[in-house]
Amino acid sequence: MPYDIVVCVKQVPDTANITSDAMTPEGTVNRSALPAIFNPEDLHALETALEIKDRFGGTVTCVTMGLPKAANVLRECLYRGADRVILLTDRRAAASDTLATSYILSQVVKTVGKFDIVLCGRQAIDGDTAQVGPQIAEKLAIPQITYLEQVVDADDKTITVRRNTGSGWEVVKCQLPCLITVLDTANEPRPLSACKTLKYRFARVPGELAPDAEEEKAKLEQKGLLLEQWSLDDVNADLNRCGLAGSPTKVFKVLSIVLTKEGFKNVEPTEEGINGLIHELVEDKTL
Amino acid sequence: MGNYFLDNEDIQFALDTLNIKELAELQEMFAENGDADYAPETVDDAVTGYAEILKIVGSIAADTIAPAAEQVDNEGHTLNDDGTVTYNPLTQKNLDKLAQGNLLGFTLPRRYGGLNCPNLIYTMATEIVSRADCSFMNMFGLQGIAETINAFASQEIKDMSLSRFCTGEVTGAMVLTEPDAGSDLQAVRLKAEQTEDGKWVLNGVKRFITNGCGEILLVLARSEPEITDGRGLSLFYVESDETVKVRHLEEKLGIHGSPTCELTFTNTPALLIGERQRGLITYVMALMNGARVGIAAQSLGVAEAAFRLARTYAAAREQFGAPIEVLPPVAEMLVDMKVKIEASRALTYHTCTICDKQNNGERLSQTPGIPKEIVSEQRKAARNAKRINGMLTPMSKYYGSEMAIEVSNMGLQVLGGSGYIKDYAAERYVRDARITNIYEGTSQLQVVAVIKGITSGTFESYIVDTFESKTYDDADLETLKASLIESRKKTVEAINFVKEQGTGYIDLSARKLVDCAIDILIGHLFLAQAEKCDRKKKIAKYFIERQAPRIAANVAVLLNRNSQAIDDYKTIVGDVPAAE
Repeated sequence: MPYDIVVCVKQVPDTANITSDAMTPEGTVNRSALPAIFNPEDLHALETALEIKDRFGGTVTCVTMGLPKAANVLRECLYRGADRVILLTDRRAAASDTLATSYILSQVVKTVGKFDIVLCGRQAIDGDTAQVGPQIAEKLAIPQITYLEQVVDADDKTITVRRNTGSGWEVVKCQLPCLITVLDTANEPRPLSACKTLKYRFARVPGELAPDAEEEKAKLEQKGLLLEQWSLDDVNADLNRCGLAGSPTKVFKVLSIVLTKEGFKNVEPTEEGINGLIHELVEDKTL
Repeated sequence: MGNYFLDNEDIQFALDTLNIKELAELQEMFAENGDADYAPETVDDAVTGYAEILKIVGSIAADTIAPAAEQVDNEGHTLNDDGTVTYNPLTQKNLDKLAQGNLLGFTLPRRYGGLNCPNLIYTMATEIVSRADCSFMNMFGLQGIAETINAFASQEIKDMSLSRFCTGEVTGAMVLTEPDAGSDLQAVRLKAEQTEDGKWVLNGVKRFITNGCGEILLVLARSEPEITDGRGLSLFYVESDETVKVRHLEEKLGIHGSPTCELTFTNTPALLIGERQRGLITYVMALMNGARVGIAAQSLGVAEAAFRLARTYAAAREQFGAPIEVLPPVAEMLVDMKVKIEASRALTYHTCTICDKQNNGERLSQTPGIPKEIVSEQRKAARNAKRINGMLTPMSKYYGSEMAIEVSNMGLQVLGGSGYIKDYAAERYVRDARITNIYEGTSQLQVVAVIKGITSGTFESYIVDTFESKTYDDADLETLKASLIESRKKTVEAINFVKEQGTGYIDLSARKLVDCAIDILIGHLFLAQAEKCDRKKKIAKYFIERQAPRIAANVAVLLNRNSQAIDDYKTIVGDVPAAE
């Protein structure tokens, strides 16, 4: 049976390639100093969606929330095989925490229409909270499975997956529709398709065009290369639950912690020496 | 997340500075796009699309193919009892990724799902893949099989095969060599016979067949038993079935990831490609010329890998209190490696630009419905390019393969003892590179092909007309050009002298003359690059200042007319050693 799948993806700063100017003097992330990339685990969520589509048929719709430049990750979704992509961009969504973000994304998913499965990466490498996926499920009032490693099977009413429990794995069966978060061990994302890359590289969301570029917009639309861009109004969002107003999380302080060496200690390679070291590590609660 | 295209400045330099737009214009002229929705709207779109395609190749090469190379080298492939071959799972994975990337129909028309890239772009991709795994390049490089089908086979054969190549459903093999027909393909014996209903069947044995276990085979066979030379041979299309068995997988020094098969054909159904009797003289020669450029690219890739390993090692390995790269003999090895790679790349890519003019010229002059003036213009362009290519293609293959063997050897030397053991890939690079001057025609055969262009005057006119007339604003470059002109004059003097001595001495002298010619041509290509990039001025100076004494030495030996290798052969080499 074919499945309609929605994948939530995010553009994030590449925290794996931190340089010395990655943090501002105020202790916040200097986003301009870090290249923006496709959140790694979201790529695995997308791959899971594409594999389900290859196996059972259906559609893959990718959604993201962010500035117009986040359309970069949406284009990449198209290059890899997504059928439809949607950007939610709205100034009133700025400074949303995970609660507000998951509310907005749940409204986006509802507005997409019929869906059987929502897929998210386990977590994003900028915030590392792993909260948005589960919270979207709550907002949509659908069951959720976290930490997917493998899709075992699916039928018209359920999906069976293997999830990682941290100390092993379990196979769970869940009714549809449901939301699933995906680990990076689930699969190996497919390469970009050259044909799709050549086709979609000129696709744009309206927000990427100059405000008066009506002619260009019309041309893109005619070629099917004008990507969908939604505002909070388009998804019927309650503005009190979006942006700063909808975000109870308050950042008190961000510390830039630099680990430094504080001297050396020789440990004799004897049973006694090792025992002493272990004892010391237990004492200071390292172990 | 590496990328073997984005981390290679010299390939990007070539893409930025060669006249890609001219090639794209030709390539897109009357392209068979069918209903492909990814065809470029403008020539500029086509050009920028090439870089996008190479980025995808670079990513798969770095992240999938390269990490698998060592294991594939250790394990190879499996020959099954039923005469079939199972690829190493990592080889299969490489192929699957390339298929997902739509990279298996690189030069095929878009109506079949191909990318319609010029040969130059395909060659760059081949180099990138070979850097990741020299042996896997043989699988990637088999796209020439589909190209040959596209160029010469009937519409029926094209329709039944080409889109399957693009999706990765099938791979191909060119099935030429036999136990008694290696360099001398005119001696091919495999029988092609027509049954009463006019269908062809094949019977016989083929040997040393790269990917002979592939699904679609282009088989050279004797269709005219009464004609014993190359004119009795035709080319056949075979969809492999139970009548084709792999009898043996060769155990080789290197390229273990490339399955080399011995094949038997027993009443195998086949379809004729093109016309009878043109198998070797037209179709295989075209296929072979493409494959030779491919080997030049394969050579570049493995040399690039060897250089990068040596460069990294030399910077990290400390001896005598400093990294070994500060030691002059080591520094010189690394500089020689780098310059030779860039020299070979300049020559190979230049050759590709001429190949593209020939290929497109031939395509356009044969496609029905094209305006007469274009047909005649393209026919002329193709003829001219073919003449130059007859010299440039074997030059690229010869220079590239010898370069790869030398560079991989030097790479191992830089690593010293560590290079000789299996902890590093240096020894694999040496083993893999070693095949390049043997298959698709040995270096000695390439020299035979090049020397015709040198003794006929093509070389001299090409250099004088294309390069020597060019003037440079930079005085240093003009000085270097003068040195190249001097070398050309000396070489022409030697050519004339050698020709006067007769065929035997020409054959004996060919390699030295070819070496001189290649040095001069590469020198000019470097000068053209130097005009666009300061770093390349250094490369040009390094190369050209070393070619002058090399050419002078070669010319001196030739003018001395020492033919002892023929005259005193038996005295010097002695009797054939007794069997042990």
